[in-house]
Amino acid sequence: MLTPLSVRFIYAIAYIVLAPFIGGLLEGIGRKISARMQRRVGPPLLQPFYDISKLLKKKRSQVTRAQGFLLTSYMLLIIFTGAMLFFGTDMLMCFLMLSTAALFLYLAGCVTTSPYSSLGAQRELIQEMAYEPAILLTALGFYLAVGSFDVETIYNSPVSPIMIIPGFFVAFVFILTIKMRKSPFDESTSHHPHQELVKGLTSEMSGRNLAIFNVTEWYETVFLLAVVFLFIKNSSAPLVSGLVGIGVVLLTYFLEILIDNTSARVHWERMLTLTWAVTLCSCGVNLLVLMIVR
Amino acid sequence: MADITRSPWLLHYDASSCNGCDIEVLACLTPVFDVERFGIVNTGDPMQADIFLITGAVNAQNAPVVKQIYDQMSDPKVVVAVGVCACTGGVFKEAYNVMGGADKVIPVDIYVPGCAARPQSIIDGVVAAVGLFKERYMQLKNKQPLSVGHLEGGEGS
Amino acid sequence: MSAVPYLVSFLIIFPMVIGFLLFLIPSKPVRKVIASISVALIVAAAIWLTVVYFLNGAEGIWLFEETEIVDKVILVAEIVLMVFITIMCFRYKKYWISLLSIIPTGLMIWTELRAPKVEMAHIYIDNLSILMCLIIAVVGGCIAIYAMGYMDGYHEHHTDVPERRKFFFMVVFLFLGAMFGFVFSDSLMWIDLFWEITSVCSFLLIGYTKTEEAINNSFRALWMNLLGGLFLAVGIMYLAFMNDGQVSLVYLVSAAWMGIEGTYLPVAFIAFAALTKSAQLPFSTWLMGAMVAPTPSSALLHSATMVKAGIYVLFRLAPALSGTVTGTIIAVVGGFTFLMTSIMAIAQTDAKKVLALSTVSNLGLMVACAGMGTSGTIWAGIFLMMFHSVSKALLFMDVGAVENSVHSRDIEDMHGLLYRLPRLAFFMFIGIVAMYLAPFGMLVSKWSALKASVDSNNIILVLLIVFGSAITGFYWTKWLGKLIGRTAYNRQIKDITKSSEMFSLTINAVLMVLLCLLFPFLSSSFVDPLVVQLYGTYQDVIPGEILYILIICVIVTFAVPIVCFLANRKRPFDQKLAYMGGINEDYDNSYTDSYGEKEKLWLTNYYFAHKIGQRKLMIPSQLIALAALVIMISRVIGGAF
Repeated sequence: MLTPLSVRFIYAIAYIVLAPFIGGLLEGIGRKISARMQRRVGPPLLQPFYDISKLLKKKRSQVTRAQGFLLTSYMLLIIFTGAMLFFGTDMLMCFLMLSTAALFLYLAGCVTTSPYSSLGAQRELIQEMAYEPAILLTALGFYLAVGSFDVETIYNSPVSPIMIIPGFFVAFVFILTIKMRKSPFDESTSHHPHQELVKGLTSEMSGRNLAIFNVTEWYETVFLLAVVFLFIKNSSAPLVSGLVGIGVVLLTYFLEILIDNTSARVHWERMLTLTWAVTLCSCGVNLLVLMIVR
Repeated sequence: MADITRSPWLLHYDASSCNGCDIEVLACLTPVFDVERFGIVNTGDPMQADIFLITGAVNAQNAPVVKQIYDQMSDPKVVVAVGVCACTGGVFKEAYNVMGGADKVIPVDIYVPGCAARPQSIIDGVVAAVGLFKERYMQLKNKQPLSVGHLEGGEGS
Repeated sequence: MSAVPYLVSFLIIFPMVIGFLLFLIPSKPVRKVIASISVALIVAAAIWLTVVYFLNGAEGIWLFEETEIVDKVILVAEIVLMVFITIMCFRYKKYWISLLSIIPTGLMIWTELRAPKVEMAHIYIDNLSILMCLIIAVVGGCIAIYAMGYMDGYHEHHTDVPERRKFFFMVVFLFLGAMFGFVFSDSLMWIDLFWEITSVCSFLLIGYTKTEEAINNSFRALWMNLLGGLFLAVGIMYLAFMNDGQVSLVYLVSAAWMGIEGTYLPVAFIAFAALTKSAQLPFSTWLMGAMVAPTPSSALLHSATMVKAGIYVLFRLAPALSGTVTGTIIAVVGGFTFLMTSIMAIAQTDAKKVLALSTVSNLGLMVACAGMGTSGTIWAGIFLMMFHSVSKALLFMDVGAVENSVHSRDIEDMHGLLYRLPRLAFFMFIGIVAMYLAPFGMLVSKWSALKASVDSNNIILVLLIVFGSAITGFYWTKWLGKLIGRTAYNRQIKDITKSSEMFSLTINAVLMVLLCLLFPFLSSSFVDPLVVQLYGTYQDVIPGEILYILIICVIVTFAVPIVCFLANRKRPFDQKLAYMGGINEDYDNSYTDSYGEKEKLWLTNYYFAHKIGQRKLMIPSQLIALAALVIMISRVIGGAF
């Protein structure tokens, strides 16, 4: 049964409106959990929103004018991509658009000609190269499991896709660490001070620009977690699978925080080989099995 | 919207400190003091910082660096000199290469004394700085001239 | 309708005649005028042909049934070519290469004289031929015009190269004529001749500078292409003798599709020949070597002609390859080429080499599409070919123009090109973005290639394409970043691009943008019927809904940056120095080093040349691809006899 167009529009608009709140809240929870893991009290739950509000109040300052417009484009394209996913269109297309959006982030890093920012941008590219296969394969995995790239169809599939494509799930969760910029794969933007990168890609972003970057991260997080949710959701038991799906999403997020707090940054080469190896093994084996079974 | 005081981000710069004060600044981040409770984050990047924590006396070599980092921070911003060296030059004041406290180069708003400054007093200084931070923001918002901290030799020297 | 035979003959013969004429005219301005007019005529003829073809309902047209005299002429031309190659080989002491010409020519003569004759049309025109014809005429024509300006600049700063411009233009026009002949011919005997002519033309173009390196590379190109020619000749001979003298390509494909005995070997051999021509691994080195030639010849070889000839043949053969082991092996070789050459492209700092490797890798993707041979992949492949021709021509010409102005074609030297040579950098931007970015052309094709390879259960190919496209993104994006990097040294430098060069660049850029925008229209009105002509049936590769989404995506991707740019243009902000630990000197371009000295800041991209350079990867990948091809050929021979 297909969802009517108006409802799909509501989903897309709900994403545009709510995603930053959910993403921000998730980050707040993440910071709190991190603090507790380190036996600290940690910041208030709403700290990410306080940060954004402060960043927006700072005076605009930039190294170069172009940075502002590149970052805004980046944000708008990510939002557009996310809205596409929530609208229920083609998943592979969404993922491809995601990398188009990422181009603008790269350019925003490059345009400043600051060594740290440029280095971060270069590493961002390497990260992209590392996670891109897994992302594309995830879309293909859904296609194999459900027979369509349509998010709409995937959402209403009779069986939870994870039953058919567990290998793709593993690969996707693995690259989430890169996408969410968590240790050990926070190559391009180190989120702890006093590292060789300073703030990497975001070194030259101040005030408003940094706020844009952070909000875009939230949009992206929600986007990615929605894909995790799609792995679980089925239409035979919509309520149960939906609840389990939300549980899995939260668990995945917790896992990322745990990984973040228990590991140190690795060299990018390690990241690349590790990610590709995991992608190749888990997706490859899964693919092999599927193609034999089919 | 939330109050601007809830998210002061620090930039910590070691001018020529003996590392005593630096250790104490970092101690503020540990579970015992946990300044993140107040939303304080120690960034390494002047572009993103609101409060400039400077430790150690300023000498000829790092004076331009201090000046440049201060310039790179966007308004509103507050400078906190941590430890007696950053305040006045401390025991190094008479050394041939030392120019004196941070206020020789940049306008300093808050002076946190001590050798080394205790974490409690550092936090105290930062909290005071946060108040000033808000004040400056209001000035910026109302398009008034921003108040400036104490600079040895006055404006333009 | 009645104009069609004349137009076809005109398109084949006229460029060749003009080529020789240009060689004879001593005066440079006169030559330029004649060349421009003839390019205009060629383009006009191609467009006229297209219009006539469409007015006739866009159905396949068969021409030239009685061609006894022409057949004789073609035979003589083959012999002349053979003699020419043999002389060249002996002059440069590469004796064994002449065998690669003598043997196939001998085989062709034998076939022509001894094989039974059947009534057949020698020219066949359908959508695919028309598409190729347009690409050759427009893109090839643009390159010819560009070459007029470029070669002046080239000889200004390469004073050591002997001036042989007349010869150069002759070969270029000859090349265009041969390509027209190639895509219109249905008789394999004719195809073989045009095949050899393009091989020889590329040999002459590559050897233009006559340096030792150029000569070596040109002979490498020659022997690899002649090897392909040898396989082509064997395939043709086998076909002719086993099928009562049938030498029609269309017949071959339909017969092989129906599984008629004695067609399997020719298909495999001709496909093998096409692999050499489209520079797949292990034969990629000839196209890499072609970089020593002046840029217009590289552009010509890489975009409109030569390599597309191989792809064209493979697309024709695709229905016969579909679902066969040969097809699968070819698809995997293509996918493998796509991946490996993409990796090698990361390590290159030379812009032309990056372009060359990316050409090979994109061709690999097209070959993979052809090898899978379903209607969906051919649809994707056709689009890949269209986009690739235009954007590669644009990029090559652009790099050439930049090289003339900057005196370097190192990507590192293009730092901040957007501020130094704004126009050229802008064109480069268009070219690169069209090459790999969603939602523009190439990406759509990648989308459907992926879908098709999943559908055909080809895991290896899926993985090859997925990893390959991730890598493709890396080297293109890194190049884009270089163009916009900002430094204070970015003062405008003198743009010495000639107006003829600018003209060609503009046409190509406009064409590129149009292709991106009109893509859905092209798909429904031109490419879908094309696939129907090849396959008889056609299912929608891209469902209607996605097409609309695509259009929206294209618009958004165009509109968002423009709107943001305009909105951001006037907004006031505090100008800050870039952060370098507080030790910037004067501006962002220098810093204080640990000795207190002023040091210039120099930013470079990652290349990893020591890890994944051509030197490391080329030979192993060639061996792997060669092994796959040897398996393919030996299977075919074993099965055939």
